[in-house]
Amino acid sequence: MALSVEFKPVFDCVGWRVLLSLQGRQLGCERDGRWLFEGLDIDVNSGDIWHVTGPNGSGKTTLLKVLAGQFNEFDGVLHWQGKPLGKGREHFASNMLYLGHLPGVSAGLTPLENMAWYQALYDERSDETQREDALAVMGLEGFEDVPVGHLSAGQQRRVALARLCLTPRALWILDEPFTAIDQAGVEALEAQLIVHVRAGGAVVMTTHHVLDIDHPLHHVSLG
Amino acid sequence: MAEPSSRRLGVAIGATLMRDLKRVRRRRGEVLNPLVFYALAVSLFPIGISPEAELLAVMAPGLLWVTALLATLLSLDGLFRSDFDDGSLEQMMLSPQPLAALSIAKVAAHWLFTGLPLALMAPLLGIMLALPIHSIGVLMASLALGSASLSLIGGIGAALTVGLPRGGVLLSLLVLPLYIPVLIFGTGAVQAAILGDAVLPHLAMLGALLAAALILAPWAIAASLRISING
Amino acid sequence: MWGLIHKLGSPKWFYYRSAALQPWCWGAAVVLLLVGSVWGLVFAPADYQQGNSFRIIYVHVPAAFLAQSVFVAMAISGFVFMVWKIKIADMAAAAMAPLGASMTFVALFSGAVWGVPTWGTWWIWDARLTSMLILLFLYIGVMSLRGAFSRRDSGARAASVLAMVGVINIPIIKYSVDWWYTLHQPASFTLTSRPAMPLEMWLPLLMMVVGFYGFFIALTLTRTRSEILRREANTRWVKALIEEIN
Repeated sequence: MALSVEFKPVFDCVGWRVLLSLQGRQLGCERDGRWLFEGLDIDVNSGDIWHVTGPNGSGKTTLLKVLAGQFNEFDGVLHWQGKPLGKGREHFASNMLYLGHLPGVSAGLTPLENMAWYQALYDERSDETQREDALAVMGLEGFEDVPVGHLSAGQQRRVALARLCLTPRALWILDEPFTAIDQAGVEALEAQLIVHVRAGGAVVMTTHHVLDIDHPLHHVSLG
Repeated sequence: MAEPSSRRLGVAIGATLMRDLKRVRRRRGEVLNPLVFYALAVSLFPIGISPEAELLAVMAPGLLWVTALLATLLSLDGLFRSDFDDGSLEQMMLSPQPLAALSIAKVAAHWLFTGLPLALMAPLLGIMLALPIHSIGVLMASLALGSASLSLIGGIGAALTVGLPRGGVLLSLLVLPLYIPVLIFGTGAVQAAILGDAVLPHLAMLGALLAAALILAPWAIAASLRISING
Repeated sequence: MWGLIHKLGSPKWFYYRSAALQPWCWGAAVVLLLVGSVWGLVFAPADYQQGNSFRIIYVHVPAAFLAQSVFVAMAISGFVFMVWKIKIADMAAAAMAPLGASMTFVALFSGAVWGVPTWGTWWIWDARLTSMLILLFLYIGVMSLRGAFSRRDSGARAASVLAMVGVINIPIIKYSVDWWYTLHQPASFTLTSRPAMPLEMWLPLLMMVVGFYGFFIALTLTRTRSEILRREANTRWVKALIEEIN
C-alpha cells in the first residue's frame, strides 16, 4: 500500500487574519488533593507557538484541556479576546481546534464522512472539495472512502490532522500531534505549524519530539 | 455565522443522528442482537413455567415488557462507548453546539434501532404468548412510547458508566430502578387493553414520563458525559 | 454572602466550628431516643387490634422517614457540590449515603417482621414496602457508582448527578407504585394509615422521629468530620492537629 506522504503547503486554507488572544491568569489545577500546577500565567497571542514541556504526569494534558475549555475544575481565570471564557464559549469553540491523544474520528465511517460530520458540527458549509483537499494535504488520496477502522494507526492520525486544514481555525491546541506519523509527515506538520502562525494563528502544543522549527518558541515548563 | 443559531443546531443534530444511523447500518449485528435476545428470552418463559395458553396470556404483558426492558438495557452499554473510546465525544463537547442537544441525537438513534424495532417485533411474540389479539395494538404503542423514555433514562446511566472499565453490570444497577415507572404504566396499558378497561390514562402517563425525560435527561446526560470524559 | 458560603465550605473552618455543635447533637439524639423508646415500648398502651406488635411502629416509621429524607439531603448536597463546588457538601453526601441505605434496610426489615403478626407472612408486595425496596436499590447504585471511579472527584460528581436524578424519580416511582398497587389490590390493610392514633401512642412516635433525625444529624456531622481529616490529611492544619493530640 504505497502512501503518498508529501504534504502540500496549505496557504490556500488560510484565508483569514485575526488577532487572537487567550489569556490565563493564576491557573491552577488540583486533582484528588494533588496540585498538578499552580499560579501559572500564559498569554497566547497571534503568531505564538507555545511548547508545554514537563515529565510524564506533570499535568501537560490537563493544562491543554483547561486552555481548550474542556476541563472546568480549575483555579484562576481564562480570557478569550479580552472577555471571560465562559461568556463567549461559542465564539471560542468555533475558533479553536483541539486534537488530543484520541483521534476523534469514528472507525465505522470513512474519512470523508468524518470530515462531513465535523463541518456540520462546526456550522460550516458542507463542501465536498474542501473535504477532499484537506484529506489530500494529509496524503490520504485514495483512502477517502475506506472506513477509518481499516486504516493504519498513522493514517488514522492523519485523518485527525486533516481537520487542521479542513477549515481555518485561529487557535490550535495540539496534544502530542506527532505521535504515530512518519518522518515525512512530521516535517510536513512542522511546515504547516509555521504557515499557521505566520498567517496570524497561534499554537499551544505538547510534544516529546524535538521541534525543528524556524520560529521563536514560548515555553511553559511544568512539574 | 449569519444564520440563526437554531438552524445551525438543527444541522448539527441532524448530522449526528445520520452519522449514528450510518454506522449502525454498517454493523447490522448490533441492531439484530437485542431483537434476537428479545425473542430468545421470551421463549424461555413458556419452557420454564408452563406452555398452558391461559397462564401465559395472564403473564404475557409483564413478560413482554420486562424482556423488552432487559433487551434495551443490553444495548445501552454501546450507546456512547465507541465515541468515548475514539475521542469523538470529546470533540462533541468542545464543539460550539451544546452537548445536551448532540446527546439527544445519539439517544434518538438508539431508540430508532432498538426501541422501535422491539415495538415492531412485539406482536409476533405476543401471539406466541397467547396475548389476546385486540390488545396487540396497545402493546406496540406502549412499547414504542415507553422505550423512548427507556433510551433517555438509560442514556444517563450509559453516560455515567462509559468511562469505567467494567461499567456494564453497574449500568443495570443504576438504570433498572429508574425504569420501574415506565414498566408499571407500560404493562398497565396492555393489561387494561386485555380487560377492556380504559387504556388512555396509562398511555397518557407514558407520554408524560416521556415528556419529563425529554426535558430533563439531556442535561443529566451532558453533565454525566463531562464527568466521564474528564475522569 | 459569597464570602460566607465559601468560608462555610472551607473544611478547616467547618471542622473547628462543628466541634462545639457535635456533643449537643449527640446528647439531644440520645436523650430523645432513650425517652422515646422507653415510653413507646413500655408505657404506651397496646393497640386494640394488633396488641403489642404495633410497637414496631416506633422503629419502622422513623426509619422510613429518614430513609427518604436522607436521599433528599444527599441530592441537595450533591447539587450544592456541583453548582458551587463546595467540597464539604460532597463529604457530607458521602457520609450520608451508607446511613440512608441502612435506614432503608431497617425500614424494610422492620416492615417484614411486622408483616408476620399482621399479614401472617414475611413479605407482601405492599406499595410502601415496594417503594422502599426500590429506594434501597437507588442507594446502592449511588454508593457503588461513587466507588467505581478511580479518581475521587469524578466519583463524587457522578454520585451527585445520580442522586439528583434519583431524587426527581423518587416521587414518580412512589406515585407509579401506588397506582400499580391500587390496580392490583384495592383498599387493603396498610401498616400506618390508621385513623386517629391516640395521643399517648402518637407522642412517643413523634419523639422517636425527632430522635432519629437528631441521630442522623449527629452521625453525619461526626462522619463528615472524619472524612475531612482523611481527605485533608496532607494539609498543614491537619498535621498540626495530629501533633497536638500526640
